[in-house]
Amino acid sequence: MERSKSADKNGEMLQGTLDMLILRTLVMGDAHGHTIAKVIERTSEDVLEVEQGSLYPALHRLEDRGWVSSFWGASENNRKAKFYRLTATGRKQLAAETTRWRQVKRAIGLILGEAE
Amino acid sequence: MNWRRFFIRSRRDAEVAEEMEQHLAQEIDDNLVRGLNEDEARRHAYLKFGSTRRVREDLWQQSTLACIDNFWRDLKYAVRTLTRAPGFSMMAILVMALGIGANTTLFTVVRSVLLKPLPYKAPERLVVPYEHTGVLEYPDTRGVVAAGSFAEWRKASKSFEHMALGQRWTSVNISAEGGQLPERVPAGLVSWNMFSTLGVQPVLGRDFTSDDDRQGADGTVMLSWSFWKRRFGGDRSIVGAKIFLDARPYTVIGVMPDWFAYPEAQTQLWTPVYHYMPPRVTTSVENHQFDVVARLKLGATMAQALSELDAVQKEIKRQNPGPAVNNAVFGRRLLDDVVLDYKTPLYTLLAATGCVLLIACLNVANLLVARSAARRREAAIRSALGGSRWRLIREQLTESVVLAFSGGVSGLTLASGAIAWLRHVRTDIVRADTIQIDWVVLLFVITVTLVCGIVAGAISALGSGGDRILETLQESSRSHSASQGRSRLRRGLLAVEVGLTAVLLIGAGLLLKSYRSLRSTDMGCAMDNVLTMQLRLPEARYSTPVQKSAFFEQLITRVRALPGVQAAGLVTVAPGQGWGGDSLVAVVEHPPLPRGKSLDAIERAADPGYFAAMQIPLLRGRAFNDNERLEHGSVLILNHAAVKRFFPNGEDPIGKNLRMDISGGPQEAFEIIGVVGDTKYYVSEEVKPMMYYPLYNGVSSGVTIMLRSAHDVEDLALPVQKTIASLDRELPVSDVLTMQQIIGKTTLDANFDSMLILAFAVIALVLAAVGLYGVLSYLVTQRTSEIGIRMALGAKRAQVMSMMLMNGLAPAWAGLALGLFGGALTVRLIRRMLYGVKPLDLSVFVAVALTLSAVAALACIIPAWRASRLDPMEALRIE
Repeated sequence: MERSKSADKNGEMLQGTLDMLILRTLVMGDAHGHTIAKVIERTSEDVLEVEQGSLYPALHRLEDRGWVSSFWGASENNRKAKFYRLTATGRKQLAAETTRWRQVKRAIGLILGEAE
Repeated sequence: MNWRRFFIRSRRDAEVAEEMEQHLAQEIDDNLVRGLNEDEARRHAYLKFGSTRRVREDLWQQSTLACIDNFWRDLKYAVRTLTRAPGFSMMAILVMALGIGANTTLFTVVRSVLLKPLPYKAPERLVVPYEHTGVLEYPDTRGVVAAGSFAEWRKASKSFEHMALGQRWTSVNISAEGGQLPERVPAGLVSWNMFSTLGVQPVLGRDFTSDDDRQGADGTVMLSWSFWKRRFGGDRSIVGAKIFLDARPYTVIGVMPDWFAYPEAQTQLWTPVYHYMPPRVTTSVENHQFDVVARLKLGATMAQALSELDAVQKEIKRQNPGPAVNNAVFGRRLLDDVVLDYKTPLYTLLAATGCVLLIACLNVANLLVARSAARRREAAIRSALGGSRWRLIREQLTESVVLAFSGGVSGLTLASGAIAWLRHVRTDIVRADTIQIDWVVLLFVITVTLVCGIVAGAISALGSGGDRILETLQESSRSHSASQGRSRLRRGLLAVEVGLTAVLLIGAGLLLKSYRSLRSTDMGCAMDNVLTMQLRLPEARYSTPVQKSAFFEQLITRVRALPGVQAAGLVTVAPGQGWGGDSLVAVVEHPPLPRGKSLDAIERAADPGYFAAMQIPLLRGRAFNDNERLEHGSVLILNHAAVKRFFPNGEDPIGKNLRMDISGGPQEAFEIIGVVGDTKYYVSEEVKPMMYYPLYNGVSSGVTIMLRSAHDVEDLALPVQKTIASLDRELPVSDVLTMQQIIGKTTLDANFDSMLILAFAVIALVLAAVGLYGVLSYLVTQRTSEIGIRMALGAKRAQVMSMMLMNGLAPAWAGLALGLFGGALTVRLIRRMLYGVKPLDLSVFVAVALTLSAVAALACIIPAWRASRLDPMEALRIE
């Protein structure tokens, strides 16, 4: 109990960000967990290394909230894999979170004295 | 957190495990492609992913409702531990089942009989007003009403919407017809609006109308459902047909619903009171024999309505100052009135079962304390490993709640059996047919069960000092000092248990003794081999005194002549059969009594041979002779109590005259010619003044034949009935009972109450004994090594034995003292149920003390003896 509570606190910011990144990845099409991790790493030029362990709790959370749906299918090298698909509410959520992220980014930029 | 997720979490866990496995396989594949060897590929993949177990656990935790999960785990654990000690569990469940079963049964009865609203329309607005003299002897007395007063009440009352009159003392003869025998059935006399006041409609036919309810109207009768089924086979065409009541034609106008029972459970039919009763009765303000049921107007209060009637009654008294007129009115709700006779006994029984349950609870708590003591090390190790105190307490609670629930379920089964039995045995209890287990009872069972489980568990769990882990772990079983607190707790519980048992035993003892004294009451007449039967001559065919006296004389002559009949007599109401009517009288030779004072005597009429036949001693003067009849019958015989009351100065009553002190009553004086011994009119009531008229005056129509025989008096019932039929084929005989049966019938509830309480007390006694035995056995095992040392140091076996014995007897005696004290306080509550026994009856208290001491000693002696037989070497080697 104690442990999970503090973990929640630490991961709050990160969690929201991870959620957004996952949703963004899924805009390009259905994908399974491994692909999602790979895409995030590659697109960020390997700056953001997804802690793969936290990927799955995040996916489940998103599914519980109805932002993604899932189905079992065959992966590119013919393995059984669980695919995730962005839902309509997920798309709206992504838009909202992207806006919020831009605002935060701009605010932090202003404080740090960066020109726009 | 959501519920759905909680229940599908196992499936989801399997899914996520597979998903992650696939992820890792993919990663390994990728690594292999990158040129790593197999082991490296695998190592890197796992390194990168981190712990899959951790992810699964996190997800599992996420979708778990912690409280339910914990509860479920505790439950499984509790069931497992309990099945591991089946002896203990069975014992505890049995104890709980007995306690909860008894309570459920009594609660069901109390609820159905005392608490459930009556099945009438808006029953809370139904009130029963009574007349009274102004001084209430007991708050729970019933009163009666004179129909004349009722008429005034109805005219003046503003708060009552309806007022109806009823009378419950009447029986009518149904003539033989359609191949059926004549019979005599209890009838309810009601004013026409009685059923509409109650809010009940006949299921068949129509209600009475005001036209039916007057002198000179055609006779109408309403049948009860059961009577209609039994006598007329449920024939619908009976409505509109004529039947003969007391040899007069009555038209059946309807049938009441099957649940309807008013005013008595036995009432078979109803007929309008103003039609049936002569106007001199229905207009009198002095003739008290009626009940009133009144419905309050919406918004009116009972107090306000009764005070209106009270004012009316005071006005009636002002206009009719005679001593037989009452000057006040009291009343109660109809429900309270209906259950009046059952309230105290039922609540007493409920209290007794409450005691049993408490004892059961304490016993289970005691068993649990013993167990938790034995498992102290386990508990200590677990708290050392990080188990919180709350968690350990919770486990104990769960265990005892599981026990309680198993007990509750068995108890409910017991209760449903007991209720079925009770409905079968006590058909005389009003509303007995409504006794059943419903959802309120179920709710009660669940609550009681939970409370029991929690109380028993909490006592044992909180008693265990969980804060001294290290001590407990270090403590060798040789030193028993740490368990001192716990055994003190157990001894305290035991004392309470013994105390409660003592209270129950005292109650049971008093009730039993009171029942025995009821059964052995001297009724004042012959009791063995005496048979009674009642009959009533219908006015229609025996209208004149001459006809009646001729019939009675012929009847008794023939009965006396029957072979086997030793003696026979006729009296209007036999001893033990009830009040049967009274009259206010004045002694002609005495100056008038001060206003408000009056002399009252129960009235009887007897044939000349009655006193001798029933062995009622003639104390002074003489019995009636055969010539004292009809117009020559102005003579009276008093009982001893009447002489004491009417002639307090010791004058000779013989030759004095009595006059009825009722306006409109017979004004002639009756000469007192004899004094006879007292007989009781009801077994549990005090002897009252009583006066006998000659039966051959031909005033009374109803009579009880009493006959005595040397043996097997019941065998004479048939010959006597044949004799009656030979005189009048249409005449039904009712209540064919021996004197013993009359006493048995009227003491049925006393018998029942005392037997039930005794049963509860015995259960309590057994439980207490088991508790004592258990505690002491446990103490002996705990102290085995200590006893070994003592004996090795030279303690004698007798010393060891007495030491151990004292260990068990001390709490028992403390409890006994507590119980005797508590008993002395509580018996006052059942004072009204006692007869011929004082609440503080010394012999009962002594007997209880002795019984409990003996049982306690017996329970303690076995473990104590075992302790004294210990071989010191063996005992020391145990560790």
